[in-house]
Amino acid sequence: MTEEIIALRDVCYQYEDAGKNAVDHVSLSVRRGEMTAVLGRNGSGKSTLVKLINGLILPDSGTVLTDGMDTKDDAHIWDIRQRAGMVFQNPDNQLVATVVREDVAFGLENTGVPSEEMPARIDAALKAVNMLDFAERAPHLLSGGQKQRVAIAGILAMRPDIMLFDEATAMLDPRGRREVFDTVRRLNSEGMTVVWITHFMEEAAECESVHIMHDGAIVLSGTPREVFADRERLRPWRLDVPPMAALAQRLRAAGVALPEGILTIGEMAEEVEALAARL
Amino acid sequence: MQLVFEHVTHTYQIGSPFQATAIRDVSLTIHGGDFAALIGHTGSGKSTLAQHMNALLRPTEGRVLLDGKDINEKGVSRREVRQRVGLVFQYAETQLFEETVAKDVAFGPKNLGLSPEETDARVREALERVGLVYADIAERSPFELSGGQMRRVAIAGVIAMRPEILVLDEPAAGLDPLGRTEMMRLVHSFHEAGTTVVMVSHSMDDVAENATRIIVMDQGQLTMDGTPEEVFADAARLVALDLDVPQTCRLSLALRQRWPDFPMCVRADEAYDALYARLKGGQAHA
Repeated sequence: MTEEIIALRDVCYQYEDAGKNAVDHVSLSVRRGEMTAVLGRNGSGKSTLVKLINGLILPDSGTVLTDGMDTKDDAHIWDIRQRAGMVFQNPDNQLVATVVREDVAFGLENTGVPSEEMPARIDAALKAVNMLDFAERAPHLLSGGQKQRVAIAGILAMRPDIMLFDEATAMLDPRGRREVFDTVRRLNSEGMTVVWITHFMEEAAECESVHIMHDGAIVLSGTPREVFADRERLRPWRLDVPPMAALAQRLRAAGVALPEGILTIGEMAEEVEALAARL
Repeated sequence: MQLVFEHVTHTYQIGSPFQATAIRDVSLTIHGGDFAALIGHTGSGKSTLAQHMNALLRPTEGRVLLDGKDINEKGVSRREVRQRVGLVFQYAETQLFEETVAKDVAFGPKNLGLSPEETDARVREALERVGLVYADIAERSPFELSGGQMRRVAIAGVIAMRPEILVLDEPAAGLDPLGRTEMMRLVHSFHEAGTTVVMVSHSMDDVAENATRIIVMDQGQLTMDGTPEEVFADAARLVALDLDVPQTCRLSLALRQRWPDFPMCVRADEAYDALYARLKGGQAHA
């Protein structure tokens, strides 16, 4: 099954008075059920890219097909935004109600879901992010990671097919980051298509595919193993590989016979032990 | 220079339903020349502790002494304390407010009562120290700059006061990887130049590479205090507190299950050396 759920064909987009394209001739294909990471420096066009995917902005040229629908087609725009939900960086800017349950209900109310259907959808969404016990709490008393999970529940209640995350863990502490990332990984394992913008290489290492953006263009795409295979190749875009990949590459360069493709601590420990056993 | 916390407790909103004790009975001494990292979960009391360092918050109980003098005592100049102990807030760029970068950085020195010439000299020096070019940036609106540049301007505003202690609350939060590296290099340069640094951080990798001392807060209390080697030697305890440890420490913990004598590697270079010795050293004999 390789059904394409997001398709960008030669897409350009320029902000008013910018003088250059924020997204510059980008083509991108995401399969249904894929979790794909987008990396790049601030200002490289990552956020613009995901806004194009859910039709918050429309391309100047080229085509964006989200779940088969052209974002330029007025008749489908609300459908597209319901099917491709977006979670932003700052948890405090996304919650609107005084009770968690009402916050999750907000999107449903705005899209005319029958009120008798709402409690079940809200409960299911909160359960999916492990926040059902907090349904009656005040959002402002939650931790950052909990707030982000409530924001995710608000999107989930809309039953999207795609979730777009714009640095959703950037403002969280390590525990909050792990809570949110693990939640998203689980949703993905249950079939959700995920586009994950991040600055954390170790998060990208756990995605199925990685795209690197620079000056509005996608300059490198592949599996994490392919993209992180060579530290030097990432230098021009001022990115680095995950710490374990960097360490493995240094050791390989010094003649230590570790295999290529080490990205995580688990892989490193395993390969080091395997190599030591052979010596 | 010495900054001493004596049994400091801070309770917010006493007598209200929201009463909460953020730090409890904290005693510690910051010595001149320290690069101390303050770590702990959100809500562990790190920021509250930091805000006591320049009398922005007053202890509910206990005292904070700068060179032996209680900084909250009547008759002690708060202005002088805040000149000597500079505090850079988290997301400090959100506090810029002036029309131009130069005016924003000049705000502090001007309030110290310095002459316009002296203020201008301080502004030039401070912008240079944060890696910005005065001629390019001084007359621009701070709001036209990138997020990383704005944060540097905010730090310059504190540096322009020439503090002896610089307290930074998560200076690299939200920056991209290169921005992070540059920010850590910058903080490192302040320390090299003789400023005592206290840095609140969530990134154990940044802390391991830079700090000379680590102070761990947990639920309002000081639970560990030592060199990175000492604190991370007990990496298992940090993990049990659900705190992050540097990736190299996690690798060391994993390898110790097989080789109990594998060293606890705090920095990337140490992990490289330890692995090289084990894997290449062995190979030479083979």
